[in-house]
Amino acid sequence: MRLTCPLCGERDIREFSYRGAAVALDRPAPDAGEAAWDDYVHLRENPAGESRDLWHHESGCSAWLVVTRNTVTHAVLKCELAADVKGAAR
Amino acid sequence: MHYSAFKILTEGLSGNRGWKPHWRDPEPKSEYDAVIIGGGGHGLSTAYYLAKNHGMTNIAVLEKGYIGGGNVGRNTTIVRANYFLPGNSEFYSHSLKLWEGLEQDLNYNVMHSQRGLINLFHSDGQRDAFARRGNAMINQGDDAVLLDRDGVRRHLPYLDYENIRFPIYGGLLHPRGGTARHDAVAWGYARGADQRGVDLIQNCEVTGIDIENGKVRGVQTTRGAIRAKKVGIVVAGRSGQVAAMAGMRLPIESHVLQAFVTEGLKPCIDHVVSFGMGHFYISQSDKGGLVFGGDLDFYASYAQRGNLPMKEHVMEAAMTLMPMIGKARVLRSWGGIMDMTPDGSPIIDKTDTDGLFIDCGWCYGGFKAVPGSGYSFAHLMATGNHHEAAARYRLDRFRTGRGLMDEEGTGSQHNLH
Amino acid sequence: MRIKGKGIAALTNPVKFSFDGQSYSGFESDTLASALLANDVQLVGRSFKYHRPRGILTAGSEEPNALVTTGRGAARTPNVRATMQEVFDGLEAHSQNNWPSLRTDVMGVNDLLSPFLSAGFYYKTFMWPKSFWEKLYEPIIRHAAGLGALSGQHDTGRYDKAYGFCDLLVIGAGPAGLIAALTAGRAGADVILADENPWLGGRLRAEVEEVGGMSGTDWVAEVAAELSTLPNVRIITRTTVTGVYDQGTYGALERVGLHRATSGDAPLETFWRIVAKRALLCSGALERPIAFRNNDRPGIMTAGAVRAYLNHWGVATGQRVAVFCNNDDAHRTARDLAEAGVEVAALIDTRPDAQASGDFPVFTGAEVVNTGGRLGLSQITIRHQGATQRIDADCLAVSGGWNPSLHLTCHMNGRPTWNDSIAAFVPQPGAAPGLDAAGAALGTFSTKGALKSGFYRAKLALDDLGLKVPEVPIPTSDDSAYVLTPHWTVPGKGRAWLDFQNDVTVKDVKLAAQENFRSVEHMKRYTTQGMATDQGKNSNVSALAVLADATGRSIAETGTTTFRPPYTPVSIAAMGAGAHGHGFAPERFTTSHAVSVERAAPMIEAGLWFRPSYFPRPGETTWRQSCDREVNMVRTAVGICDVSTLGKIDIQGRNAAEFLDFVYINTFSTLKEGRVRYGLMLREDGHVMDDGTTARLGQNHYVMTTTTAAAGAVMKHLEFVHQCLRPDWDLQMISVTEQWAQFAVAGPRSREVLNAVLDAPIDDQGFAFMACGEVGVMGTRGRLFRISFSGEHAYEVAVPARYGDSLFRLLVTHAEAMGGGAYGMEALNVLRIEKGHITHAEIHGRTTAFDIGFARMVSAKKDCIGQTMAARPGLTGPEREQLVGLRPVGVVKQLTAGAHLFNADAEAVRVNDQGYVTSVGYSPTLGHFLGLGFLKNGRARHGETIRMVDHLRGLDVICEVTDPVSVDPEGGRLRG
Repeated sequence: MRLTCPLCGERDIREFSYRGAAVALDRPAPDAGEAAWDDYVHLRENPAGESRDLWHHESGCSAWLVVTRNTVTHAVLKCELAADVKGAAR
Repeated sequence: MHYSAFKILTEGLSGNRGWKPHWRDPEPKSEYDAVIIGGGGHGLSTAYYLAKNHGMTNIAVLEKGYIGGGNVGRNTTIVRANYFLPGNSEFYSHSLKLWEGLEQDLNYNVMHSQRGLINLFHSDGQRDAFARRGNAMINQGDDAVLLDRDGVRRHLPYLDYENIRFPIYGGLLHPRGGTARHDAVAWGYARGADQRGVDLIQNCEVTGIDIENGKVRGVQTTRGAIRAKKVGIVVAGRSGQVAAMAGMRLPIESHVLQAFVTEGLKPCIDHVVSFGMGHFYISQSDKGGLVFGGDLDFYASYAQRGNLPMKEHVMEAAMTLMPMIGKARVLRSWGGIMDMTPDGSPIIDKTDTDGLFIDCGWCYGGFKAVPGSGYSFAHLMATGNHHEAAARYRLDRFRTGRGLMDEEGTGSQHNLH
Repeated sequence: MRIKGKGIAALTNPVKFSFDGQSYSGFESDTLASALLANDVQLVGRSFKYHRPRGILTAGSEEPNALVTTGRGAARTPNVRATMQEVFDGLEAHSQNNWPSLRTDVMGVNDLLSPFLSAGFYYKTFMWPKSFWEKLYEPIIRHAAGLGALSGQHDTGRYDKAYGFCDLLVIGAGPAGLIAALTAGRAGADVILADENPWLGGRLRAEVEEVGGMSGTDWVAEVAAELSTLPNVRIITRTTVTGVYDQGTYGALERVGLHRATSGDAPLETFWRIVAKRALLCSGALERPIAFRNNDRPGIMTAGAVRAYLNHWGVATGQRVAVFCNNDDAHRTARDLAEAGVEVAALIDTRPDAQASGDFPVFTGAEVVNTGGRLGLSQITIRHQGATQRIDADCLAVSGGWNPSLHLTCHMNGRPTWNDSIAAFVPQPGAAPGLDAAGAALGTFSTKGALKSGFYRAKLALDDLGLKVPEVPIPTSDDSAYVLTPHWTVPGKGRAWLDFQNDVTVKDVKLAAQENFRSVEHMKRYTTQGMATDQGKNSNVSALAVLADATGRSIAETGTTTFRPPYTPVSIAAMGAGAHGHGFAPERFTTSHAVSVERAAPMIEAGLWFRPSYFPRPGETTWRQSCDREVNMVRTAVGICDVSTLGKIDIQGRNAAEFLDFVYINTFSTLKEGRVRYGLMLREDGHVMDDGTTARLGQNHYVMTTTTAAAGAVMKHLEFVHQCLRPDWDLQMISVTEQWAQFAVAGPRSREVLNAVLDAPIDDQGFAFMACGEVGVMGTRGRLFRISFSGEHAYEVAVPARYGDSLFRLLVTHAEAMGGGAYGMEALNVLRIEKGHITHAEIHGRTTAFDIGFARMVSAKKDCIGQTMAARPGLTGPEREQLVGLRPVGVVKQLTAGAHLFNADAEAVRVNDQGYVTSVGYSPTLGHFLGLGFLKNGRARHGETIRMVDHLRGLDVICEVTDPVSVDPEGGRLRG
């Protein structure tokens, strides 16, 4: 598998590490309540199809990326800097 | 039909024309007392024990493809009871006891081979962690032996003791650990369930779960609607999709785990050997192929196939640990969908919907759990109470933090277990 | 038998080789198979289950029968395909899986027992008595099973890995592949052309055909010559593309040195990772046999293989050859043999309307119904016009048609589609992104068709790549139609083989259907059809046809099993190249490594790092003596320890303080410049992630230390928190672990040692406990931190890594002059246990701040990672196991980590489990063993007597539960 880091270009998957669903970007407020935190830390959509997940260009530029990907075909649809995604959402 | 050497003799003499189907292919009935969604190892064993232990025979197993086509037919066949946290200890201990009587119980040779499993350790710290595990196993009533380097060498003389990146300090031997013939487990349970009247419905995909007033009424399938008083979801990597039909979100991420088999070789590896530093484990099948695997590919996937980096990593681990197998050739590699939970331990529980039960989250350790899981899930579905050996596999443990079973200690990142 | 004047291979360099100890001669261009056939050796192996005599079936990598073991000693290699192994002078090959000899194999008795060894028989027996499975049945089965044997010695051969990148990867250099490579090469694309044979040309070298008005071989040479002039085209022969992976990644295995007696500096094999923008599968097709009674005898081969041996190597595979087929293509075999002067015993075509003529007997609408011959074919029986007759033949060339070699197109879960007109599966378009197929691999079997297809598919790829397509005229060539009538099996009694190696017969597949293993996957797994080393390349389609027939479905409805990588088997050594020995993982060395080794310190692994265990001195005979001395040294004088392996993360920016407040449970924004604070960080799930000290060097400048074990994980975590949660914060961070060498100087005389190397001496007021700052160290700029892991008056001094070696030597020299010296991991561990300090033995991922007694550190004034989830009800409370100290108080004085804790009067079983021991050490300071462990409600149980049980090491010890801190609980020593 290969990902296109917005900073470094197309690289082999072995330069990256994976964290999980991009839900991790949306950290609830401390007082958001038990359900919101359970959702954030544990529960997952786990889609068979298009997913957004977080990757870290660990052996590259250290950027965290939001990768839009298909979990059935492994097609990579989009790679964005997590900081940009998060920044745009603010 | 009872299987035996005598039967093989008489059939052989009469042209093998008398062998009967292992199981029927019935049309689905419109209503059952219970349906099991998922005809994998866990689903089939659940059906078997529902029929055998609880007298529930008006039940069906609904399988999207062919029975035993999921992880039960694509794993590295290891059977062990070497866990150390409460909850896991008693469960796998119970499951191993069921394994030890399985052939006679099922009248089917699943080739359960208690050849001994050795977990290697490579530092004092790892030794202490394995000592804690081994003592927990003995506390549970199972067996464990702590081997020093020479002890390991006596069992596994072919490892590289001189020139290895992570020197071997010793190992934890689990003499009752071993392997089994994976497909045979599925077929044995399927045949056993069928003989007790369970309908095994293949090529029947569940497309919806009918719920009225908080109570399950049945399922919609590609072969029509089926009413059922109780429904059990046992679909491993597909748990998220099926649970969503009942409006549930699960603490599960599905990941790909690869496995490998080599061409047939004369016997050279007599144990199951596990090399934690390299995430590598290996045994030799009775047919001669070296069967081995490694860690997850790390990214969420339903593709049942993996990529080169993990394949190479697994081969590299083999080459540092046992360079003797360098000239063995990998014949086939494949991937399974692992239902990874936030603590690496499974779920056997009721749901918020009356009559709807779920058995999932086996991560990459589901094969050895097949008897125990079916046994306890059947108990739960039939009686409404948790079986004592699986009482801690609660769905709410993540929310409350009570009774987490994080054997790896890697926390709530699903792919790290 | 070699035929004079036949064969295009260079038969110039003669070589000697041996098979089963018998010496033979051949040529360098031979494969072991062609050389054995040239020497009239037909019997080369035994089958897996029935130990039937077997000969060479094919001329390619799909060979199921002719598997041999080559080499000796550590070089012994089992399961080598004789059809792929090139001979060299001195090659030694042996047959496999027979005893006492290939000709007389006692396990051949299995063949007589075959009625009782039908598909899946073992699932139905060997269950009584229960204990016999492991003791008797399984060992016998294991011993009988398996093909070749490994040497049992470490594989010390050289293997390599390589990366390749290209615009177009062409897989296979037959007519389609050659013209595709030529087209793309002329277009200026970066091309890699890979072929698994040592030569280019594919089937053109096995056939008598003209291309472009010249012999096929000459045309191949012409194209090869042009390709070799194109710098943008790389040709790699002896290279099999074995797998297709995501985003255009291909695995390939190159046999670099396996065809030579010694490979010198070259590797035996190289595993390639090729990244290609586009790829074209031109892998040709594989011929399939027909299943008839006793169709497995040595001398029965595929018709195409017979032609390959004749036309390529000039070898006649028999003296009287019969041909049995259902298609026109196989007629060439009879024609070529006859033209070469080999006697053709008969051409038997199953089709009544087949058109065939030649100077040999032709039987149309006929079938081979049986064969005879003990260790090799001597006779066939045919049924023709209702009557059977016997024909003498020592070779039977069989063709049931051709299957496109489409395996790679299915590696990404694509399913092939059934094509009735050629009675074979063909690749589904787009089955693997970026991978197209051409020529016979696509079901286009004629040479002309392959050339046109290769050009056209290359053109499509070039269009995709945005390259201009050059003129490449299609040369004149054979364009005869592929005509066949499917014919899978010959009905009749007896056993007809499908999967030759695994001994799967038509009966077995029918039995599987009878037992309701109707799904193709069930049939495969129940019968082992297609699970042999050829992965069903020779037999799967025929077996499907049998299953389809037995279950009343079409082949298309029946479907196929899944093709998975690798296409042909890949050695573990090649794919794991570089990892043998220490190559498995990087090695990290501290700057004091050399001096530690000079001082005979045993170096132990700490993650990827190496650290000294202890520094032995003359007269010390056990590690404990050294360790005890080093502990005493630190407690009474001064010790030096390299702590550079701890992670060091430099954090700067206007929001650095807020950031640290957010990742640590305690507060760092209130930390004064020039001060250090201990910090504890949690994972978001509320469990402890790591601990360490962080120093504030300036208003917006901190240096964090992490544990050695978690350095990488913490770095990743911090980057996550910054980039994914608070990218708005002005913040930069970088790991400086490698840049600074850092040494602990610990003990009552630590300041004296330091003052000997510092440019300006320090005193207690100027550099109080938990102070930090820049210092001059022997004229270089360093950093000093007054922190202590040992519990003593201690410092850590850091200098740029290039000065590490000198500074360590200097510090040790000064320390030794004061009655101290270097200390290692063992002493460090004892010191920290005495002081009750935790490591990852305690914070093993399941502990909370509450468990280790740090709940009060959590600042309620701010949010931090893990704070909310740490408040879950299950993560605090008396039922949790809490950190305690342990001291033996009974007769047995030893403690062991990994032991479990029980109440003094309780039986040592799971339900009574109260906790466990995490760390132990003998304290020379206190004169007894000390332990740290976790005990249910432990903080409330100090002073209680409990039982420590270590079943594994036979220990049962009465302990007192204590505070974790055993030495200097008030901390007076820290402050000097």
